[in-house]
Amino acid sequence: MVIPAQPKPLQGEPMVIYMGPQHPSTHGVLQVELHTDGEIVNRAIPRIGFLHRCKEKIGESVPYDAYVPYTDRMDYLAAMNTNWAWASAVEKLAAIEVPERAEYIRVYVAEFNRIASHLVALATYGLDLGAWTPLLHAFRERESVLDILEELSGGRLCFGYMRIGGVANDITPRSIEMGKAFLKQFRAKLDSLNELLSFNHIFIRRAANIGVIPGEQAIAYGMTGPMLRASGVDWDMRRDEPYSIYPKLNFDVPVGQGLKGKTGDNWDRYWVRVQEMYESMKILEQVIDGLPEGEFRAKVPAILRPPAAEVYCRQECPRGEVAFYLISDGGKTPYRMKVRGPSFCNLSILETISKDMLIADLVSTLGSFDIVMGEVDR
Amino acid sequence: MDFLMNAMQSLPASMQLSGPLAWTITALVAAGVTMGVVSLVALLAVYAERKVSADMQARVGPMHVGWHGILQTTADAIKLMLKEDLVPAMADKWLFITAPLLVFGGAFIGWAVLPLCKGWAPVDLNIGVVYLLATSSLVALGIIMAGWGSHNKWSLYGAMRTAAQFLSYEIPTALHLLPAILLAGSLNLTALANSQAGGMGNMANWAIWNPFCFLSFFCYFISGLAETNRVPFDLPESESELVAGFHVEYSGMRFAFFFLAEYAELFLVSAIASLVFLGGWNGPFGLESSFLYLAKVLVMMFVAIWLRWTLPRFRIDQLMGLCWKFLIPLGLINILGVGFWIYYFRT
Repeated sequence: MVIPAQPKPLQGEPMVIYMGPQHPSTHGVLQVELHTDGEIVNRAIPRIGFLHRCKEKIGESVPYDAYVPYTDRMDYLAAMNTNWAWASAVEKLAAIEVPERAEYIRVYVAEFNRIASHLVALATYGLDLGAWTPLLHAFRERESVLDILEELSGGRLCFGYMRIGGVANDITPRSIEMGKAFLKQFRAKLDSLNELLSFNHIFIRRAANIGVIPGEQAIAYGMTGPMLRASGVDWDMRRDEPYSIYPKLNFDVPVGQGLKGKTGDNWDRYWVRVQEMYESMKILEQVIDGLPEGEFRAKVPAILRPPAAEVYCRQECPRGEVAFYLISDGGKTPYRMKVRGPSFCNLSILETISKDMLIADLVSTLGSFDIVMGEVDR
Repeated sequence: MDFLMNAMQSLPASMQLSGPLAWTITALVAAGVTMGVVSLVALLAVYAERKVSADMQARVGPMHVGWHGILQTTADAIKLMLKEDLVPAMADKWLFITAPLLVFGGAFIGWAVLPLCKGWAPVDLNIGVVYLLATSSLVALGIIMAGWGSHNKWSLYGAMRTAAQFLSYEIPTALHLLPAILLAGSLNLTALANSQAGGMGNMANWAIWNPFCFLSFFCYFISGLAETNRVPFDLPESESELVAGFHVEYSGMRFAFFFLAEYAELFLVSAIASLVFLGGWNGPFGLESSFLYLAKVLVMMFVAIWLRWTLPRFRIDQLMGLCWKFLIPLGLINILGVGFWIYYFRT
């Protein structure tokens, strides 16, 4: 028997729309599956893996010193910091003593790279909210930072500057001059960027009170770096689990206070990064003043064979804690290598907090996360 | 321009024609001239936009095509014309093809009543303002058609936003023109400008000096920016959220039509603002000149460009809130205020 088709009453259904992997606001090849009801996002599921390059497996098959350039390509906006995290993990494994001058140079480049990385974060966040001009102003400043790093390493994005036991080249007087010149003018530039973007009324309305992450939730999701601090959790590896020469340096750890809205909203995440740049400048001034004489690299055997051991070494990078877990069996290559990427962990909260958001707010929230897909996918 | 105007009016007579044929020829010539002006304005506005934004962003902008890149926009126009004419396979073909024409047409036919120089408009319509408000709605229809016809979800979002934004902002646009119209007592754009002549230094009678019109001027300009989809109100095409909104599937000449329409609309909004509020061609020291009128329009366009490269974008609910909770009530209050003003000071 044929049942005549009943005309269905007109009804709406949620629209599934894929944001990315080619989308200007996903900051790389992230795909977000949006279940939307009009402008409201019912569910946003991040889909990752478009940039997976088997970084961990490569790490298990190349010698320790040859892996430095691979770490460049993880967090490519903060290559120096990732380099350093790898180098210090291997040094911890092989118990290599790093000369003090090398540590100073490392802090010098790492903090400059932090400024460069945060400038990109702020600039692209502005761009996500439709503000074009701050992007170009921030990138102009970033160019000056990259000039300094280029003077030292020869690279402008992927530096490969760190070596096991030190750095590739000694710091040059010219790079210190460039650093001084940059620090002299950067504070005023940052202030004007604040006037243009940070305290813009529309910008605050688009960023404050949106994407609020309470401190406990941030800890529960393993968030680190500016995202954790923006939620009001006072935790910075450089101060609380100090490494290198950070105990000797005097700097503050900015924490989100909900200045324009609730603690842990998008504006707080943005503002913590701005303040961190001021702190990085403080650190850099101290590093330039206190740079000691000495070796820039420890004597390390050409083929490194660390004793059989396992280490977990983490460092505070611009996006949070980058950690390497290494198991050595005494051979030329690690037996097992595991990377903990901050962007990956920070991204994991997106699905939870994006419920019942507007699409525009989702873009704003994702922008404030400041993810780098090279490090999410690895 | 005066010469052009005389030549056009005497053209049918000199060809010894009369009746419908003469009327048709005059109309075609007027349309052709207006079309040329629109294209020229769009070309120059795009160039200005590029140079002004470059200056704001510590760049130099286009430099290679012609002197200081002056021919860059022409080169771009040629590139767009030569591009492959692409219609997506799943698109609603008729909607897709007619949408850009409607958008451009909507912006273009508004120019018919716009005085291009002192005292001369292609059509001197006695309800010019009403006509302008009516024709600008065509643009919304075209954008919605483009969004729907593209068969793309991002375009659909752009179209939905446009529908909401346009329909909302039509109201404050009209409401905030009314105080000045009440003062002038006319809907004819030429008459509106002429009514503001005289007074101290030929400036004292400008509508903007009336306190209610002063507020209305800014509100009108804000609504006008929202109607032309410019930052901070460029939600229908916000590239960071909707990629490019309603015109994401368009390329080549069809895309150029949207582009052209945007600048034609911007000029239209600036021109109306300067005619209705800023005295049109009436200027300081008793000056009365078409160039003064043009200068005012250009200043307004510069302000629009300036805002575009300074401000972030609103969110859709904030945009609606601004319209319904602020601009429309203020418009109604302004109309009432001007009514009382006329009652107490004019009678």
